[in-house]
Amino acid sequence: MGPSNLRRLKAAATPYFLILPGGLWLVIFFVVPMVVMLSISLQTGDLVNGFSQTFHFVSYWDALKTYHVQFLRSLEYGAAATIAGLVMAYPMAYWIAFHGGTRKSTYLFLILLPFFVSFVIRTVSWQFILADNGILFSHLKDWGLLPRDFHVLATSFAVVAGLTYNFLPFMVLPVYVALERVDPRLLEAATDLYANRRDVFVRVVLPLSLPGVFAGVLLTFVPATSDYVTASILGGTKTTMIGNIIQTTYLTNNDYPTAATLSFVLMAILLLGVFSYAKALGTEDVLEVAGA
Amino acid sequence: VTVRNDPGTPLPIADPALLRGLTQRRMGRRDFLRLAGLSGGAAGAAAVLAACGVSGAKKNTGGSTADAVSTYWAGKTQAGRLDFASWPLYMDVAANNKNDHPSLDLFTKQSGIKVNYKEVIQDVDSFFGTIQPSLAANQSIGYDLLVITNGLVLDKLIALGYLAPLDHSKLPTFAKNASPSVVNPSYDPKNAYTVAWQSGLTGIGYDPKRTGREITSYEDLFDPKFKGKVGMFGDNEDLPTLALVGMGIKPETATPDDWRKAAAKLKKQRDDGIVRKYYSQDYIDPLSKGDIWISMAWSGDIFQANASGANLKFVTPKEGSVIWTDNMCIPFHAAHPVDALTYMDFVYQPTVAAMLAEYIDYITPVPGAKEAILADAAKLTGADATALRELATDPLIFPSSAELAKAHRYQVLNAAQEKEWNSIFEPIYQA
Repeated sequence: MGPSNLRRLKAAATPYFLILPGGLWLVIFFVVPMVVMLSISLQTGDLVNGFSQTFHFVSYWDALKTYHVQFLRSLEYGAAATIAGLVMAYPMAYWIAFHGGTRKSTYLFLILLPFFVSFVIRTVSWQFILADNGILFSHLKDWGLLPRDFHVLATSFAVVAGLTYNFLPFMVLPVYVALERVDPRLLEAATDLYANRRDVFVRVVLPLSLPGVFAGVLLTFVPATSDYVTASILGGTKTTMIGNIIQTTYLTNNDYPTAATLSFVLMAILLLGVFSYAKALGTEDVLEVAGA
Repeated sequence: VTVRNDPGTPLPIADPALLRGLTQRRMGRRDFLRLAGLSGGAAGAAAVLAACGVSGAKKNTGGSTADAVSTYWAGKTQAGRLDFASWPLYMDVAANNKNDHPSLDLFTKQSGIKVNYKEVIQDVDSFFGTIQPSLAANQSIGYDLLVITNGLVLDKLIALGYLAPLDHSKLPTFAKNASPSVVNPSYDPKNAYTVAWQSGLTGIGYDPKRTGREITSYEDLFDPKFKGKVGMFGDNEDLPTLALVGMGIKPETATPDDWRKAAAKLKKQRDDGIVRKYYSQDYIDPLSKGDIWISMAWSGDIFQANASGANLKFVTPKEGSVIWTDNMCIPFHAAHPVDALTYMDFVYQPTVAAMLAEYIDYITPVPGAKEAILADAAKLTGADATALRELATDPLIFPSSAELAKAHRYQVLNAAQEKEWNSIFEPIYQA
């Protein structure tokens, strides 16, 4: 083998060496656990007598049947938090991108600042703020602006609000990135062509920001739907999400097969949702944002 | 090795508030989430891997034989070291140094065993998730002594053969001083694997200012007047067991039909909007602040909340209460089991039990600790003496035998029963 062949071989192998660390990481921490979990989901038994691989596919149907209420509720809460997040995040991102001036990064930093504190602590602090006689409502009640019995904690509203708050930056950041990339000359061109402000927004800015919205929706919807901390801290009697069920099934009941089954069903539902959403909005845009 | 009872060592006297741990609430007994659930997620991931291929794990059919005991302890000797895993705020601390535990110092002085004490248990479920892989692999988990609440996890630890059978010939102080309420308990006949650390009662906590009346009955939790202001426990042990007690059914021997009756009652309470929320261990704040007026509660929590300024009351319903016990046990493959056994006996000396009781605020397993506390009080004057006398007469720390007779245990369930039990009760609080 001549030196040039060797060089060619090296060049051909280089990309594989480069992806080796990441690839190995994925295999060890993603592929292997997935396969193991799939195997567990098809086992039957209990911790004391042992589990055996029985390929009990019926457990998937059973899981859906038993917990369809919590599955649907999680999707509803996830969707509500995503929509609320979008409604709040878009104007924020818009303002920072077009009117933030030289302080853009300061504003972004301010949005991220609370997220240096642990997720759980932040959610618990909402418990303090929203307590029935807490700092917010006690005064409003004293002034007669709210009835004595009014409460926000222990309702589905509190859970959705908590989810919205907790995942807001995941919406703001991608939308901001998309808006920031809009070429100001396009806006000038639109104005020159007699577009009014509404048209500029609807026909130029909005379409160009859609990839950011797409990414933001994914980044919010998926974790919000599978979250379980918010529901248990801010929720009430009928606000259990599927994440709470998985946690109990796993840690309290030690029913590993059912927990694995539920996780797979949740993953399947989310993937299905994501793919149909991608289909509707066009995958090219997603790649564009991913490359941004 | 028998530990000498050393009457010459005086009790270290601290500032009364610190002395009894009253300035801090004991965190995290069970389930939750708050912090533990998150770490539980990580532990869970590890346990998923470990669970793969668990087969025919069952080793134990209950009780331990004399043979098993002598085989286990044969050739084992004291190592001079004890790795001890317990709960936060579950050990006396010195007034001037939170990391110094006088009772442990005393143990080291008497036995020559150094103690590596770690408060690593925040809730039983996720702690079990963390140690289960090593236990299943017959490895040491790095601890020689654990404090585990009686209930489903302890049942599993025993059934799976994960615990060392105790040699009661080395536990004479336990035999002499233990309260009848923790001897030969239903969850561990003859104390084959466990001896009690502390116990507590599950009853009702309430704010008398808001309820407007004294609470006496379990039925008060179902009063429509308190609609939306009632807290119940979101767990599969206390919630069902207290419901059974409240309905006049002995939980230890309840049948699946009884379970369903209790579940129907709880479900109606929920659907009528009487329950605000099923709490895990975070009910004290809402109760002190008025989000709820009345709640299922643990005795020690209310005691500690009052000590830090709240004005709550704890009552055991006239129908009865639930008693749970946190137990010391030794993992089968512990590195220093003899040292752990020595410690188990040590804490049953009344003077040592008094040191612990003065700090912990739950029910001590040694009734004789009362005399020891009163003896300490006699040596003191002023507020310190009063505080100790109050402690010694507190019915929540030294409950009367009539009170204990009304206190019931969780039912011990086998795997099939547990599945049915969970499927009946979990949908109530996880709706």
